[in-house]
Amino acid sequence: MNAREQILAIIERNSRIEIKELAVILGMEEIDVANELKAMEEEGVICGYHTLIDWEKTSIEKVSALIEVRVTPQRGMGFDNIAERIYKYPEVNSVYLISGGFDLLVTLEGKSLKEISQFVSLKLSALDSVLSTATHFILKKYKDHGTVLGKKNEDERELITP
Amino acid sequence: MRNPLADEVVKIKPSGIRKFFDIVSEMKDAISLGVGEPDFDTPWHIRDEGIYSLEKGKTFYTSNAGLKELREEICRYLNRRVHVDYHPLKEVLITVGGSEAIDMGLRAMLNPGEEVLIPQPSYVSYEPCTILAGGKPVIINLKAENEFRLTAQELRDAITDKTKVLILPFPNNPTGAIMEKKDLEEIAKVCIEKDIFVMSDEIYSELTYKEDHVSIASLPGMKERTILINGFSKAYAMTGWRLGYACGPQEIIAQMTKIHQFAIMCAPTTSQYAAVEALRNGDDDVKMMRDAYNQRRRFLMHAFKEMGLECFEPYGAFYVFPCIKEFGMTSDEFATRFLQEEKVAVVPGTAFGDSGEGYLRISYAYSLEQLKVAMEKLEHFITKLREEK
Repeated sequence: MNAREQILAIIERNSRIEIKELAVILGMEEIDVANELKAMEEEGVICGYHTLIDWEKTSIEKVSALIEVRVTPQRGMGFDNIAERIYKYPEVNSVYLISGGFDLLVTLEGKSLKEISQFVSLKLSALDSVLSTATHFILKKYKDHGTVLGKKNEDERELITP
Repeated sequence: MRNPLADEVVKIKPSGIRKFFDIVSEMKDAISLGVGEPDFDTPWHIRDEGIYSLEKGKTFYTSNAGLKELREEICRYLNRRVHVDYHPLKEVLITVGGSEAIDMGLRAMLNPGEEVLIPQPSYVSYEPCTILAGGKPVIINLKAENEFRLTAQELRDAITDKTKVLILPFPNNPTGAIMEKKDLEEIAKVCIEKDIFVMSDEIYSELTYKEDHVSIASLPGMKERTILINGFSKAYAMTGWRLGYACGPQEIIAQMTKIHQFAIMCAPTTSQYAAVEALRNGDDDVKMMRDAYNQRRRFLMHAFKEMGLECFEPYGAFYVFPCIKEFGMTSDEFATRFLQEEKVAVVPGTAFGDSGEGYLRISYAYSLEQLKVAMEKLEHFITKLREEK
């Protein structure tokens, strides 16, 4: 792995790590790490530094849904135009073009079931190119971004072993 | 009533680790850096294969030497990683951890009074296993100035006409020292000249951070006089599965297998099926863990440098072995006070032999977060000690 890949492997898991520490554990110079990070931000390799939150543990009500969308692609534009029209809505979390029985997978967060259904019926389905939608509400998140939610691992090893 | 015990057994000192463990376990909220096993869980696909073998009802004994399939995989693995060729049916024995292989190997090779050279600091079981096999342990005290490598001169100085076996424990627990090819070539020369066998305990072979591990068995003229011991505990985070192996000349492996058959029957069947999966599809897991250990190793070396604590840079296993001689305390005193005053458990170097005096074994089989907290406490502690002086 080159320096860039090594940095990414670590900050993908822990974006809060300090540059100094990153340099120490990778055996690199601090300045090189800082430059590499800056370059990757500028090139759009690093697109953001987000926090993984288990909303279940907060008092904030959130409902998430996955929506399968079938659309008619447009001449010369393919799916890009319609994808853009969908991702511009702030309540939309992600939009993926996918292979298989439908075209776009949209993930969505709202305050309630009602809010999400309204979005689907009033906004999404109303778009000209959208042929059909199928909405799946998420009931429980077990694992997200490679992290198992809700469980804390205890160290079960003996305190001293040979 | 008569004394029910064997004198030889009673005479053996209990492990220094055990003694310190009793003190540590009294302390409820201690942070430990004393563990000699990986902090990772066994990779899921390996566990899954173990579970699957149980579902299929693979719950019987395997052959004494172990599953043929596993022995074949081990031979392929050794060929691929250390470039030594073994015959799966004649030169491999699957054991209950590397520890059993050490025991069986010494019992198969030693006549009463024959000497076994044991470089120390090293893992705690070579000496008692030698005694129990009727041999005589001869300790070679390794030196910090050689980065705790064994030198040809040290080896020569320890050889007598009774010397039969040299134990070669590298990458080393507790020092983290490795032996590179050039070091091993020197040792091999002496072993061949003096007609000595080598028991090479390579349990940490996958955890090296400078270059790939070199096995002494891969050097010319050495395969026929080497018992290569390895296992799954450290490389695949499979300590609790209790699975290791010994490879070596057919005549030695046959005798080891005989003792193993009478004492153990065979290594655990479930573990053997899981191990096949580990060898076939575990390379990425090993790399992931090695990278993580290496990051922690760099972190610790940096922390020691910052606090001015002397430590040679270790390139193997998952231990660092800092020197605490500047504080004018024994390892035991230092570790005990560190535990009492900062509630951090490290293992005194003396638990691994007298030449560990003045050193501590610090394990980095812990997350960076845990190591960070522990290093803050260590810095606080040694600052206090320096002010006391």
